[in-house]
Amino acid sequence: MPLSREQIAKRIAQEVQDGYTVNLGIGIPTLVANYISQDLSVMLQSENGLLGMGPFPTEEYVDADLINAGKQTITTALGASFFSSADSFAMIRGGHIDMTVLGAMEVDEMGNIANWMVPGKMIKGMGGAMDLVAGAKNVIVAMQHTDREGNSKLRTKCTLPLTGVRCIKKIVSDFGVIEITDQGFVLLEYAPDMTADQVLKATEGKMTLHPECKPMKV
Amino acid sequence: MSKKVYQNAKEALHDVKDNLTYLVGGFGLCGIPENCIAALRDSNVQNITCVSNNAGVDDFGLGLLLQTRQIKKMMSSYVGENATFEKQYMNGELELEFCPQGTLAERLRAGGAGIPAFYTPTGVGTKIAEGKEVRAFEGREFVLEKGITGEFAFVKAWKGDKFGNLIYRKTARNFNPMIATAGKITIAEVEELVETGTLDPDQIHTPGVYVQRIFQGTNYEKRIEQKTVSK
Repeated sequence: MPLSREQIAKRIAQEVQDGYTVNLGIGIPTLVANYISQDLSVMLQSENGLLGMGPFPTEEYVDADLINAGKQTITTALGASFFSSADSFAMIRGGHIDMTVLGAMEVDEMGNIANWMVPGKMIKGMGGAMDLVAGAKNVIVAMQHTDREGNSKLRTKCTLPLTGVRCIKKIVSDFGVIEITDQGFVLLEYAPDMTADQVLKATEGKMTLHPECKPMKV
Repeated sequence: MSKKVYQNAKEALHDVKDNLTYLVGGFGLCGIPENCIAALRDSNVQNITCVSNNAGVDDFGLGLLLQTRQIKKMMSSYVGENATFEKQYMNGELELEFCPQGTLAERLRAGGAGIPAFYTPTGVGTKIAEGKEVRAFEGREFVLEKGITGEFAFVKAWKGDKFGNLIYRKTARNFNPMIATAGKITIAEVEELVETGTLDPDQIHTPGVYVQRIFQGTNYEKRIEQKTVSK
């Protein structure tokens, strides 16, 4: 069995270190916040202008002036600050964010990512994704390993228009944890109910096994 | 000083015209100049080029100007919440220029700061960089992006004084500060208009020099797109 969305989020949360500033994208990445250890001091950045995002509010604290980048109502954490969109992306582009987590339609063995448009379909826009992949020190992609027909989304070369070039170092998919190196995809961990061989077979791009490749703990 | 103060949006927007570029603050429906958008719709000006991070929803925000087909071209980073937009764009009735969110914010900041263009790492190697100059600095490539200015800029603040000093509230700040600097005529609508001298100078987000007209807005709906609560 591949991982659930929650399990992908839980595994990504293990990458978060004490003192990190983290930007979480929409979808599975948002769920990561639920699994970050309470023992860590972590600030969540929301690119619409907040550093120090707290949990969703109770009914009485819902405030139309306080939303996250997914337009959801939120609260602030202790030590939070508000700023303009220009300041927010100065933080992102300037390399001040330790880790960013976002979804993808395709990632290839060069570390290129495509997640903003499918030719012929209505394009919603890239929002802040292009800035985030260009700026964060550590970009982790949360994605499904294959599409509904079983075609690999970890490609030799992205077929969709790119969001960023050579910017992805790590993927957590429903099949495993994959590092991207000069040698292409390297499988570090595989889903507990799968085998490393199954992950290799399901991957189009060049993938090798890490010498210490092991089942994932989630 | 008080010559900047107008009674309402209609008066403040008395000289808006066709075929101009309008810069509009807000992120989603948060911090949008609701009164100015309604007044621009009522003015019936046409062929608007609109620069705003998003395009509103079908029946609110900039969606109101799409319904009336007053917008010719949008420059945004994300327009996914609007079916009217999608329909007009797919029918070829609406032009669209996508701009990465951080690049859009910086282009507005640059425009207001007298910087004609700047190099950014965002979008290198993607469709966004096609046709633009790319230059390497210290071994990394950057794309040249141009500053943006507009004939009119509409911003929404929480408090403002009669000189045009503005204070925003929480994440309703978003694009408003840069947009305020990038308009030839910047019109600020505020929830509370106070006498000059009563706001703490240390707390001002947008100094009044950027604001040509100001009025106290009315009937704020402040619609929430994704109300999410914890139990």
